[in-house]
Amino acid sequence: MSERVLMCGNEALAEAAIIAGCDAYFGYPITPQNEITAYMSRRMPEEGRVFVQSESELAAINMVYGAAATGKRAMTSSSSPGISLMQEGISYLAGAELPAVVVNVMRGGPGLGNIAPSQGDYFQATRGGGHGDYRTIVLGPWGVQELVDCMPLAFDLADQYRMTVLILADGILGQMMEPIVLQKKPRRKLPAKDWALTGAKNREQNIVRSLWLQEGVLEQLNYKLQAKYQQVQKNEIICEQYAVEDAEIVVVAYGIAARIVRGAVAKARQEGIRAGWIRPVTLWPFPAEQISKGADEFRMFLVVEMSCGQMVEDVKLAVTGKAPVLFYGRPGGGVPTVDEILDKIRQMTVPVRR
Amino acid sequence: MIQVKAVFKRTQSLKNCPTHYCPGCGHGIAHRLIAETIDELGIRDRTIGIAPVGCAVLAYNYLDVDMVEVAHGRAPAVATGMKRTNPDKIIFSYQGDGDLAAIGTAEIIHAAHRGEQITVIFINNAVFGMTGGQMAPTTVLGQVTATTQQGRDAHNQGYPLQICELLAVLPGAIYVERCALSNVARIRQAKKAVKHAFELQAAGAAGLALVELLSPCPTYWHTTPAKAMEWIETEMTKVFPLGCLKNVTRTP
Repeated sequence: MSERVLMCGNEALAEAAIIAGCDAYFGYPITPQNEITAYMSRRMPEEGRVFVQSESELAAINMVYGAAATGKRAMTSSSSPGISLMQEGISYLAGAELPAVVVNVMRGGPGLGNIAPSQGDYFQATRGGGHGDYRTIVLGPWGVQELVDCMPLAFDLADQYRMTVLILADGILGQMMEPIVLQKKPRRKLPAKDWALTGAKNREQNIVRSLWLQEGVLEQLNYKLQAKYQQVQKNEIICEQYAVEDAEIVVVAYGIAARIVRGAVAKARQEGIRAGWIRPVTLWPFPAEQISKGADEFRMFLVVEMSCGQMVEDVKLAVTGKAPVLFYGRPGGGVPTVDEILDKIRQMTVPVRR
Repeated sequence: MIQVKAVFKRTQSLKNCPTHYCPGCGHGIAHRLIAETIDELGIRDRTIGIAPVGCAVLAYNYLDVDMVEVAHGRAPAVATGMKRTNPDKIIFSYQGDGDLAAIGTAEIIHAAHRGEQITVIFINNAVFGMTGGQMAPTTVLGQVTATTQQGRDAHNQGYPLQICELLAVLPGAIYVERCALSNVARIRQAKKAVKHAFELQAAGAAGLALVELLSPCPTYWHTTPAKAMEWIETEMTKVFPLGCLKNVTRTP
């Protein structure tokens, strides 16, 4: 398939996962990502691959754990409350250094929340989410095509670093239909999975584990994990920016919020306001350097999120107090409009400049 | 000259090392039955074992096959992920009563309900061992544990959970047998059951096979190894009757 097709985000990412060589999908129904599970239930068997509807999200992530431990490419998807249930499994995946791909089509929270789009799971996604000192790679696409392009990247990153890769989408991205091109991409040069459980045939027993009781062993394992995470930070940051060179105001947003910001910044430019935007695609590793560079050049920052302000903390960490960082966001399924953001940008042009 | 003939030796899939288990614990016997089975069936190079959270979490230190350690109670889900993506492999989980009958109840019921083609060895010693002898769902009425210090009382703590009876009614479970490790005859019967549970999977039988082993825990039964064996016979088997609850032949 290389012609343009019209697909909703959920189905498009599912097909992209199949093209990327996903061997097994395990999932449990939850809105607004049910199209993924339904699509996979039809397409995976057609491809001779594995689909299981699990009894819970706990079971789904542990089925992923099992398939991944045997060296297969496995994924699951869910939405916010279900992703919370998966955190135990994601922590075990991190401890056992197993590759996995998890899609979170975020909805409003906390609790059962609602089924409207949200970006309220940024903290959970970028801080690890479960127990222990670990990281997951987090991708925050802003459109259906980028969502599709994230899938082969996610499987490659997972295999390369033996980590969980989270795709942080939201209810809009999952439901929205856009024209896309589905293409098979060449895989990265990936390390052999000599650690996988395949039966101890002509080799020593392989063990996949995360329990290390002897004094100092787990400490060393943690240092090893951190070294790996540093490699990811060094090599894998993806970030897009627009009109930042002469900007006085830099708006930082990710995912669907960045799409709205793009419209607001374009309007601001029409009004003669020197605004630009930075859009982290990798939310972890976070593009702190790119943002810090803007701060060195005395720009003001506005962070826009569909939450009460989560990524804004990472922007502030990157800016280290060198420039003002303002925030505009709407939680619980609220979606900021272009005009709301434009108003915020206008207000920033008035007061306290140096 | 006296001819010396070996009549009993360590089986290949059991490592030559001391275990961390307490004196009189049943895990060592259960490990050996599994290792013997794997070697007799010649399936070591395609077997993947799943160690639980509990005393047997380090089972991979003793069983010389590919093994994975998983979250508490989730072994049947992990086994599902493994078997579905590797139908040619022999997947078994080894789970205690806290793991399988408390925190992992949903996973074992649904793995059986889906008819997953896996083998489950369920060790029932009526307590949580590793955490210090707390009440398990399988603790018998009146039994004193760290969290039932006046003895288990049905009014407050409910009745012992009978997993085999619960699973046997599910069409997806094709073989369910309860055995005990309390004397030589019982252990020989347990070996037959364990072997049958692996043979079914190796033959591609369509469904889940589970063998429950009533197993001694002298440490947290606060008794001697010999009396623990007796207690299985006199007390545990009253609540957990031995025997085959289900054995049907079904192929996909």
